[in-house]
Amino acid sequence: MSTKLNNKSKPGSKTIALAGNPNVGKSTIFNNLTGMNQHTGNWPGKTVTTARGFCRFEGGRYTLVDLPGTYSLTANSPEEEVARDYILFHNPDALVVVCDASCLERSLKLALQAMEITDNVIVCVNLLDEAARKGISLDISALSKSLSVPVVGTVGRKKNSVKDLIKAADSLINSKTPLIPFKVTYGDALEQAIAALEPDLKTIAPKTINTRWLALQLLEEGDAFLDTANRLLSCDLSNIPEISEKLALTRATLAQQGLSGDSLRDHIAQCLTLAAEKIAVKSTRYTKQDYNAMDRKIDKILTSRLTGYPVMIALLIFVFWLTITGANYPSELLSSAFSNIEGRLSLFLQFIKTPKILYEIIIFGIYRVLSFVISVMLPPMAIFFPLFTLLEDLGYLPRVAFNLDKHFKKCSACGKQALTMCMGFGCNAAGVMGCRIIDSPRERLIAIITNNFVPCNGRFPTLIALIAMFFAAGTPSPLDALLTTLMLTGVIIFGIIITFAASKFLSLTFLKGMPSSFALELPPFRRPQLGKILVRSVFDRILFVLGRAAAVAAPAGLFIWTMANVKINGATLLSLASGLLDPFARLLGIDGVILLAFILGLPANEIVIPIIIMSYISAGTITEPGSLQTVREILVSNGWTPLTAANTILLCLMHWPCSTTLITIKKETGSLKWTVLSFILPAIFGMTACFVLTTLCRLIF
Amino acid sequence: MKDIKKLSDLKPGQKAKVTELKSAGSIRRRLLDIGLIEGTEVECLLTSPSGDPTAYLVRGAVIAIRSDESSKILVCG
Repeated sequence: MSTKLNNKSKPGSKTIALAGNPNVGKSTIFNNLTGMNQHTGNWPGKTVTTARGFCRFEGGRYTLVDLPGTYSLTANSPEEEVARDYILFHNPDALVVVCDASCLERSLKLALQAMEITDNVIVCVNLLDEAARKGISLDISALSKSLSVPVVGTVGRKKNSVKDLIKAADSLINSKTPLIPFKVTYGDALEQAIAALEPDLKTIAPKTINTRWLALQLLEEGDAFLDTANRLLSCDLSNIPEISEKLALTRATLAQQGLSGDSLRDHIAQCLTLAAEKIAVKSTRYTKQDYNAMDRKIDKILTSRLTGYPVMIALLIFVFWLTITGANYPSELLSSAFSNIEGRLSLFLQFIKTPKILYEIIIFGIYRVLSFVISVMLPPMAIFFPLFTLLEDLGYLPRVAFNLDKHFKKCSACGKQALTMCMGFGCNAAGVMGCRIIDSPRERLIAIITNNFVPCNGRFPTLIALIAMFFAAGTPSPLDALLTTLMLTGVIIFGIIITFAASKFLSLTFLKGMPSSFALELPPFRRPQLGKILVRSVFDRILFVLGRAAAVAAPAGLFIWTMANVKINGATLLSLASGLLDPFARLLGIDGVILLAFILGLPANEIVIPIIIMSYISAGTITEPGSLQTVREILVSNGWTPLTAANTILLCLMHWPCSTTLITIKKETGSLKWTVLSFILPAIFGMTACFVLTTLCRLIF
Repeated sequence: MKDIKKLSDLKPGQKAKVTELKSAGSIRRRLLDIGLIEGTEVECLLTSPSGDPTAYLVRGAVIAIRSDESSKILVCG
């Protein structure tokens, strides 16, 4: 696995870049060719950076680059700039433009733009299976004839199908005769202007730069494009009077003919769109009149006034319920297995005469934290993650953004924030990174700073365990899971409401501004790749959590045990530290140990509960933590009440982000100020909520 | 010649052709990118449960646009 973000390719290998509209299955093709597991999902904007992978074909070695999905190559947004600049400055040996067979015309527009920049274009018409289901058939050879570039039809998820693509790229790269792709023409006025500029540009431009395209950009964008042009030409155009004067003159002539600013841009867009339309019509045949009827029917249910919100909440409840009931059995199994092993391990350690201190470190410190994380935290994570990925693959998440957009607008935020929140359910660091899909920098910052109010996969099991132990315990068997589910859903909805409140607060204070424009694509529903989801869940979640448990939970266990056993003036370090925090923690309705656990849990939220338990155990209780029942007994004997549990739930939902998320925030914002605010804001919200709840309860009871 | 109205006036199920884009800046470019040029046929599909945004079928793709923006797109038909 080597998804690197740097710009190096393997020495001696040729580069093939993949470009395309968002959500046309580029990443699926990339994964299939390279054997990697770049995260794919059915919503626009999934690939936020360029991923890199390698593949071989008949002795040739190729570096594949997956560019972010874009609607155009005019650098309107950061992703477009990344994609365009890669093509311009890295000059891939072949550029594959991946098109959506059921939305060919729009995809072709991007292909036509790409063909203006480079000659080495291959058009890949993907999702042929989906198009066929909709009764759309494509004439690949007619398309290839119209475009004058190789065209390959593919079904991205099938291995054999993508082989044709690499074969086409291989023969293009090794071919001696250069391609002369079809070029869009822009009408007499603009063509004359291009012809006037091109000869002078040819004298200074390197061979790899298409001067027709360069002239067009200079005419269309003017000064906004100068910087890129100068970097491309490695010179300063404003110092070359022949060119800069001629440019000003031709721009003025065009303006006289009514082509400047928006009107020029409209004209270019029109020519491109009409050219794409013409080619698409020639090579597409529709056999079903109403080919999207099924999608429309589903959309009606998912987004109508009557059913939109109820379906959303019902799906949330259903996913949580499956997670909670599904996790029960493996959880019990794992925890009895672990306590079984503990007995044997303990016997073995005694048998080899391990010193008492080492024995305690291994058993009470490392082993028990590890076993708690694996038996209590891992099963819900392992179930929730694939379920959520399933919804993502189906294409449901953009509908959530569509349903919730108005509320985000009221907070002067972007509806796409709903998508980044959904990603946050999996992992807040991923959610923060996903905020790149939001165009407005102000709205992006709001989404980044508030992402932590959505509990990530690592915090879910803590919430579930606390609810099950303190609020659903005692209810008869099938009902307790249902009760836990409903309460968990309540907590999550509370988190969502807080997200809105915090977004509104930021819009009124640190990030003042008006909501910007919003255009979101609702992609067609797709059949999820169940096998892929399962494989990915195993690798992305189970192995990841196990690795992190070993890397973080074990040292944390060791650390806590040491703190609980090293004494200064008769008091353990642990009791000193928690004692120091205790007066403040009491105000929040918790104790010093809980607050300390949240602080020590900075590297990973999974270890908060194990730290709490271990701290209590090391302070005197000898009970062995096995099932949730015994954990509850330990907590209660240390003074936990339902109020303590409620406050811990509130803090779990709202405290500082984990260290991985903080590092990601620093990377994404490039600013210490916003990172600090992302740390403080949820902490203040959480602590205030605890304080208010505790004070109210103390006043009432 | 049929009446000129705003895109935001379309009800689900109604179709119309674009006559003019009054939007400015980056959203204008985005709209051009998705092929919303003069003469393009647009069909109103769905309205969000809260009344805004509304989703339109534009050249084979479903695009949700806030009413602030769709009121700046003039259509006829």
